[in-house]
Amino acid sequence: MSAPDMIAPGSAATGHGRPARTMGARALIGLAVILTLLIVVAPLVYIFARAFSEGWQVYASNILDPAMLHAIWLTSLVAVIVVPLNIAFGIAAAWAVAKHRFPGRGVLVTMIEIPFSISPIIAGICYLLLYGRQGLLGPWLGEVDLQVMFALPGIVLVTMFVTAPFVAREVLPLMQAQGTAQEEAAVTLGASGWQVFRRVTLPNIRFALLYGAVLCTARAVGEFGGVSVVSGNIRGQTNTLPLHVELLFNDLNAVGAFAAASTLTVIALVALILKAVLEGRRG
Amino acid sequence: MTATAAPFRAKRVLPGFTLSLGTTLLYLVLIVLIPIAALILKGAEIGPAAFWAIVSSERAVAAFRITLTAAAIATAFNAAYGLLMAWVLVRHDFPGKRILDALMDVPFALPTAVAGLSLTALFSANGWFGQVLHPAGIPVVYTIWGIALAMAFTSIPFVVRTVQPVLEDLDPSLEQAAETLGATPWQVFTRVVFPAILPAWLAGCTTAFARSLGEFGAIVFIAGNLPFETEIAALLAYIRLEEYDYNGAAAIALVLLGFALVLLIVSNILQSWAARHREATR
Repeated sequence: MSAPDMIAPGSAATGHGRPARTMGARALIGLAVILTLLIVVAPLVYIFARAFSEGWQVYASNILDPAMLHAIWLTSLVAVIVVPLNIAFGIAAAWAVAKHRFPGRGVLVTMIEIPFSISPIIAGICYLLLYGRQGLLGPWLGEVDLQVMFALPGIVLVTMFVTAPFVAREVLPLMQAQGTAQEEAAVTLGASGWQVFRRVTLPNIRFALLYGAVLCTARAVGEFGGVSVVSGNIRGQTNTLPLHVELLFNDLNAVGAFAAASTLTVIALVALILKAVLEGRRG
Repeated sequence: MTATAAPFRAKRVLPGFTLSLGTTLLYLVLIVLIPIAALILKGAEIGPAAFWAIVSSERAVAAFRITLTAAAIATAFNAAYGLLMAWVLVRHDFPGKRILDALMDVPFALPTAVAGLSLTALFSANGWFGQVLHPAGIPVVYTIWGIALAMAFTSIPFVVRTVQPVLEDLDPSLEQAAETLGATPWQVFTRVVFPAILPAWLAGCTTAFARSLGEFGAIVFIAGNLPFETEIAALLAYIRLEEYDYNGAAAIALVLLGFALVLLIVSNILQSWAARHREATR
């Protein structure tokens, strides 16, 4: 899914819209608003309505449940490991592709985008076939007694797969558009590679970088399909927050499931607000 | 650096090429390419006859049929809804427009499991929508419509966000000229606007369809997951894994991977067509 569409900045400020005058225009706007309320807003509101349906105290006890706290901790840990690695990868990929010419650049860009078009569940299966007990590396991992599947490393790896393109895709087009003149000037003036990056490139891309990191965090925290395959759903051990939602739902603890979902929803909403703020700055 | 790369190196001013390219390749190879290679190797190990037996089994064919049908319904919805949203957001000003625009990103930011949970509860017999739909004889949950609903929700942004920038670039004077020449609003849309946004719209629909085929998190909640009726292909692969039938899981996953790659190619072709089209109509 080579989808620049996914990150296309909102058009609200730039569109040459005109005030709605005709009946037809009003009808279209009304239809758009009603459909969006039904399809997008209602599910959002419903999460909080159900999470708090039995009052604050039940909500608090659901959140403070040890299994829930463990899931929150595990999900945070995965994000804390994955996001910095992803930022490093994104910057490296953008620096290589945007600031240099070499054969195979196009292929490299397509390869960075591949995880977008692959279903996370397929990513999970790939990892299981590689690191699982019957997998290609299974016998070797057994010998050195390294547990990748059904443990933290597996969850981290599959999340890295799923989120791989996020930072690169934000930073790359910007670096490409800015060209290399400023960096070349800095080099001519005797700056070292690290100085060029820190003093010239980084200030130029900081909002795009932050924006990519926000998207990457939201995605890493919410990953379900891939993690579902590689985690083994071991309660209190490898249960991330999205998996905990499913577990509570299957336990017929709907209010608990919605409480877990509400924490993820808050993260998603914060990410959206940051996105709006950063887009304003970036433009 | 080898001698063959020397001509490139000669022109290179900025440092860090080897380090950045090396890091990128290492990450891609370890995290993305080797795992995919493991799946493909597994497929080769199964052998063509056994592979065909797995993917043409009755249950697998039913799962593929259900997945494709639901994805088609979801894409048809988003083709219309996404076009409407893009049009309204670009061509009209009204209070709350920025919020409406921001809401288009909710399905990307919201974890799919959360979306699935909420949609399932909303449409089940005692949910806000289910209370109305169930007595009317429209059960959404545990039917293919539920699957399509979950797919539609998770792929909402694709069409809107592909069409929006193209529509913004479209010169309004073309439409004004058509209006001046006596065209009705519908004629202006079908003869002037739609041809200009067609490539982008098709590209958006393709990515939405691809995303729907691979969706899993939102669907497992709402589908009921009944073999032959509401079992999608990704779930069947997952079930095969739980049964330790790794061949079965790998074969189904490979078919889905094939679909994804074909759609990626189609979408790339459409997007480059859209880009050329955009330059031409500017």
